[in-house]
Amino acid sequence: MDDFADSNAISRRKLLGGAGALVVSFAIAPAMAQTPAPAATAPAAPAAPAADAGPTLPGALQQDPMLDSWIGITADGKVTVFTGKAELGQGVKTAIIQCAAEELELDPKSITLVTADTFRTPNEGYTAGSMSMQNSGTAVRNAAAQVRELLIGQAAKQLNVDPATLHAENGQIVGGNGQKLGYGAVVGNNILHVNAQPTSKLTPTKDFKVMGKPMPRVDIPGKVTGGQAYVQDMRLAGMLHARVVRPPSYKAVLADADTAGVGKLPGVVKVVRDGNYLAVIAQKEWQAIKAMRTLARSAKWTETPVFPEMAKLSDALKALPIEDGTVADSKTTATGVVKTYEAVFTRPYQMHGSIGPSCAVGQLKDGVTTVWTHTQGVYPDRDAIAQLLGVDKPKVHCIHTEGSGCYGHNGADDLAGDAALLAQQVPGKPVRVQHMREQEHSWEPYGPAMVTYFKGGIDANGKIAEWNYELWSNSHGERPGSAGQLISARYLSKPFPADVQKLKITPLGSGDRNADPGYTLPQKKVIWHFMKDDILRQSSMRALGAYCNVFSMESSMDELARLAGADQVEFRLKHLDDQRGRDVITLAAKNFGWTDWKPSPDRGRGFAYARYKNHACYLAIAVEVEVDKTTGRVRLVRANAGIDSGEIINPDGIKNQTEGGIIQSMSWTLFEGVTFDQTRITSVDWQSYPIARFADIPDSIDVAIVERPGAPFLGTGEGAQGPTSAAIGNAIRDCIGKRLTDLPLTRDKVMAALLA
Amino acid sequence: MSITLNVNGRDQAIEAEPDTPLLYVLRNDLELNAAKYGCGLGQCGACTVIVDGKAIFSCLTPVAVLEGKKIRTVESLGTVDKPGPMQQAFIENQAAQCGYCIAGMMMRAQALLEKNPKASDTEIRAALEPNLCRCGTHMRILKAVKRAGELMQQGQA
Repeated sequence: MDDFADSNAISRRKLLGGAGALVVSFAIAPAMAQTPAPAATAPAAPAAPAADAGPTLPGALQQDPMLDSWIGITADGKVTVFTGKAELGQGVKTAIIQCAAEELELDPKSITLVTADTFRTPNEGYTAGSMSMQNSGTAVRNAAAQVRELLIGQAAKQLNVDPATLHAENGQIVGGNGQKLGYGAVVGNNILHVNAQPTSKLTPTKDFKVMGKPMPRVDIPGKVTGGQAYVQDMRLAGMLHARVVRPPSYKAVLADADTAGVGKLPGVVKVVRDGNYLAVIAQKEWQAIKAMRTLARSAKWTETPVFPEMAKLSDALKALPIEDGTVADSKTTATGVVKTYEAVFTRPYQMHGSIGPSCAVGQLKDGVTTVWTHTQGVYPDRDAIAQLLGVDKPKVHCIHTEGSGCYGHNGADDLAGDAALLAQQVPGKPVRVQHMREQEHSWEPYGPAMVTYFKGGIDANGKIAEWNYELWSNSHGERPGSAGQLISARYLSKPFPADVQKLKITPLGSGDRNADPGYTLPQKKVIWHFMKDDILRQSSMRALGAYCNVFSMESSMDELARLAGADQVEFRLKHLDDQRGRDVITLAAKNFGWTDWKPSPDRGRGFAYARYKNHACYLAIAVEVEVDKTTGRVRLVRANAGIDSGEIINPDGIKNQTEGGIIQSMSWTLFEGVTFDQTRITSVDWQSYPIARFADIPDSIDVAIVERPGAPFLGTGEGAQGPTSAAIGNAIRDCIGKRLTDLPLTRDKVMAALLA
Repeated sequence: MSITLNVNGRDQAIEAEPDTPLLYVLRNDLELNAAKYGCGLGQCGACTVIVDGKAIFSCLTPVAVLEGKKIRTVESLGTVDKPGPMQQAFIENQAAQCGYCIAGMMMRAQALLEKNPKASDTEIRAALEPNLCRCGTHMRILKAVKRAGELMQQGQA
């Protein structure tokens, strides 16, 4: 996934509303900056940890080094923090405020935070890959610390004292002799309009007042009291409501639709047809929905079967044209192998399944199309929409506005495209458009289906001697991109082609994320058989390939441990040198009561571990499952996770995200797979695509955090997805004595295994 | 047609086509944000509100059948400044991630606790079964509902 797709330095206005006055400052391309700045072009890819070399700036300051791109202070002392990352329900707003408040010595409540907005905030690409804290959190924290020191330095000049005698305290620079100057009184003219420095005087962990504490989320009170919290809740003056009529299948061609008749229905303002693209715009939402239904019923499509038989999906994937890439190769030969294990694992297409179907509001006014969108990437969407509309990028303004949780690339970007297109039809009027449930289910870009193959073995000492792993997968990053990545663009009379996907092996990983085992092994070889062609529409879903790769590899570790006659926890520790990984394993096992666990006929226990992306958070998990051997139903009974996310910003945020990750991964693992016939997607609602409900929820989930004072932020959001799936599979294996390798691990498959 | 709905204790005259589901009237005509569109099928519970003491799917209930009935939404439970017991319990337990499903969860739980503030864990789970959460916030939602029951009992004591 390209987290920094583009950082071309267009001018960006920052509007700091304060004390009735509108203070406008500019953080512009370095050519206009007051101090010399490094080249404005972003690095080609996000820097991988350990690849850091030389005096690089911390986090996303590398892409946007001006301090006032991140922190603004008005003459009346009001502080605004800017981040290019977006609130997705993961708590990023709260965590960013904590970073800024800590280093600026401010009450968190006094900080105004502006998130992803193409006219106001830095371009931080996508809010994805559990990287908001490493990139934006690090940038804001360092920028805040540097701003604090600049303010102290300026106050020292104004007071004519040694800066060492001054400190920052609750929005003021305070001296030993009782001098006090508010931040607004020293910020002066553009003193924050300077380049960041490579090092900052960061507050040490032991002195934290705000970071490292479970600060309540800033967005929750509004969300539980009916506040306007989501793009779905926007109600602009004169706003119209639109609905699209998506084709019934990918290759459907529209022969005819009663656009004239539907245009006469109550409230209908406009019926839009452009090639195979159909939509209605109406005064009221229910009128739009009724008109959409009438239009859909009237539409005659010619459909073409394009999908393979669902039962043969794995074969169909492997039959696509393939390009091989080497993910890891020790270039050694396995020796002394005495016992081997091999297996093929599969994962179906799986859905993000946002509870709120995607939505956006668009408005064309004064030549600028504004789109309020819950996309993960306002800048990439702006680029795609500008191309879709055939206008220059500054003529499109994308403003992130929260939506329902997305867990990756869901329909958000598509609806942003729809809102932009439909806004052109009714200039001046805001248009709100939302997917219906069946549209979100059938058109969202799914988490890609995968096939993996493991072959490994142990030596006479019970150590792993051989590790060969192959995966068949598409790219897991098919976001915009160009306009052709938006659904609407593919169905216009002049359609935009979809981007051609290319094999890329990077430290971030895509289909190959976490395919390189983190264990210390004498021999390993990992190959990605990459397919550029899609079967179902697909893109990024939480953890990307790490979900299936960790499932496959940690299931295989479980079998290797069994071959060695070793305890699951001991076996992993025996092959892991990284102390931080060892610590989370030991912690999870201890909290679970691994060594004292007593087997019973209907219960099994499972363990799994991975360091996300091999360079982000460490997570180990022990689970207990219950298997109803008369029905095959599996229930996750309890889970104990240990996580190390580096320096902790908000421990409750880490727990909330990890608890959620465990439950979501449990749902994927036990229940979920997109269904289709040879023409259409057939998972069109929550009956045909069931997910976990309360009856499936464990009795308890415990998340224990390893504290790492002073360590870099490692991110949290996706760490649990892979290990949870494998731990559940391993616990089923433990209970029924059979290994299930085809996700999801449904009761039918459990029953089949029990009866085999 | 013209219809008078009693929403959160107030009679509200609205103009709507009779088949309009309550959800759209609440959100668009009365500008109440809490109830959410999730599926329009009664499968997810994001639209849950209370009508005459019972939790219902507002996405499936046409306004034509609601005249004279008492409709309640999350907005009736309290405000940001003065959160009610249910809201207080969700804040205390930080029982939200994206929060899109939460208003529906709260209203279904409210209907349960008004009948039985001492509802057991099993009863709470059973009552919430119609409502989906995709972020996996279930453990916190269960704790919050339990806590809301305690707060309600304290309030009555």
